[in-house]
Amino acid sequence: MYTSILKIQNALIKKTLSLPELVKGYLGKIESHNGDLNILIEVQADEAISRAEEIQLKINQGKAGALAGCILSLKDVYAQKNHPLTCGSSILKGLTSVYDAEIVDRLTSQDAIIIGRANMDEFAMGSSNEHSVYGPTRNPLNPDYVPGGSSGASAASIAAQFCNASIGSDTGGSVRQPASYTETVGLKPTYGRISRHGLVAYASSFDSVGPMGSSVSDVAQLLQVLAGEDEKDNSSSSNPPGDYVTAVTQEHRSFTIGIPSEYFSDGLDPEIHRKVDEIIQIAEKEGHLLKKVSLPYTQYGLATYYILATAEASSNLARYDGIRFGNRKMPTDSTSLRDLYIETRTQGFGDEVKRRILLGTYVLSKGYYDSYYGKAQKVRRLIREDFLRAFESVDILLSPATPTTAFKLGEKADPLSMYLNDVYTLPANLAGICAISIPAGKHSNGMPFGIQFQAGSFQEEKLLHCAAQFERYLNH
Amino acid sequence: MSVSIDDVHYIAELARLRVNESEAEAIQKDLNQILGYMQKLEELDTTNVEPLEHVLEMEFRTRKDEPKEPLSHEDAMKNAPDADSDYFRVPKVIE
Repeated sequence: MYTSILKIQNALIKKTLSLPELVKGYLGKIESHNGDLNILIEVQADEAISRAEEIQLKINQGKAGALAGCILSLKDVYAQKNHPLTCGSSILKGLTSVYDAEIVDRLTSQDAIIIGRANMDEFAMGSSNEHSVYGPTRNPLNPDYVPGGSSGASAASIAAQFCNASIGSDTGGSVRQPASYTETVGLKPTYGRISRHGLVAYASSFDSVGPMGSSVSDVAQLLQVLAGEDEKDNSSSSNPPGDYVTAVTQEHRSFTIGIPSEYFSDGLDPEIHRKVDEIIQIAEKEGHLLKKVSLPYTQYGLATYYILATAEASSNLARYDGIRFGNRKMPTDSTSLRDLYIETRTQGFGDEVKRRILLGTYVLSKGYYDSYYGKAQKVRRLIREDFLRAFESVDILLSPATPTTAFKLGEKADPLSMYLNDVYTLPANLAGICAISIPAGKHSNGMPFGIQFQAGSFQEEKLLHCAAQFERYLNH
Repeated sequence: MSVSIDDVHYIAELARLRVNESEAEAIQKDLNQILGYMQKLEELDTTNVEPLEHVLEMEFRTRKDEPKEPLSHEDAMKNAPDADSDYFRVPKVIE
């Protein structure tokens, strides 16, 4: 339904479209709808237009980079030199990045254009994009609904046709769940596949850079440019990147696809269940070998994830103390350094961030460390071994991406019911493997939902190849 | 195992956050609900399971010990809430 980067690139080469025209078209949409939808918190109109003019010249000379024609929004969690970086938080209001994230360097050096910065759940903590100091982002497909989170506005920027791609971040499903809610595609690469230099940390053993687009080929093109080792990020992998762009256009291949029974349990919406069953039948007709598999530790994923992620968050967010950067607040009745920390943090963080910091502090505190954090690290191994076992007999796992479609703003008031939204996506982050969500259909409530494919570590070529095939089956 | 109001104040102090009495009650309720759910892990016998610290079992790399200036002094100070030309300024810490 949206236009892929590849189609735009073809139009640019054939000269049926010019890059400044394209950018101005997106800016027009932003001008008309950003006020209501609250997707972009900064629009970089002048820069985008002047870059479009420069890159158009390169296109004319046949010298443009691999991402000329890619116009993207950047989640407000990435450093971009001379632009604000706030992570949707009051505590970072006023901060200006003094360097570019590695992904920004890689994207712009291949002639991608950044059109604006996307709203997000504060510090990437949330599944609805309602927890932001800038206020909630609305779903362009129906503004009564949330776009998901925490990269909800990134997904929404594509669905609203403010741009044709976005870079989100995925810690427990933060690109795949919004993709499912907005009829877009979200990729969570293998842990370490893309450099995180310049990505503000939430939970460091989980955080992944997440390319988003309207088709599988879009995210393949982005991954092609972004994947690879970076000496500025010690957790980036030296495993050589694959040929992802070729992978999505390869001829049809039959895969052995595992259907994990644990992803079809009670919480799954019956309509989504039915649709995924239909897709499984299509897959069989197309010649894939379908196999039932069991990942028995899946049911412990949510508890494990929220212990480990909040523990890591409580430690990562200790840096926001109002000393070297950020929005310092001095109490009126004290001049002590300790009270400055407390005032800055109490005023600067929103409720969900405080809740997670407190939870993380609790599970790491004396007397509870072994029973929560230590225990969760062990269960994490069991969850990872579930996947390793499954991938001995199947290439790919197919499941729903989310148990439901998008929900309405304000509908999920208690934190635990919000957390339950991530139940199908967070196992991939616990195991460090790669996963993708692609559009699968529409619910009778009018909202879309996605299916998820998961593959083993560094199996992105296979993952994208398989997802691209299903995209074709579902498009006609 | 349940979180008391005193526990809430104790962890808030560790995290350098201030919570008033009514907030403390709401946080207590949330934490007990979430931690109650997390008790689920107790069902599992993990006696012989090694904790998983790194999802990728990759070797630890070190960089060459060469001095570089990734950020200029000026840039590093640029976002300081309070600074003079050389240093970040904080309230007096030594009486």
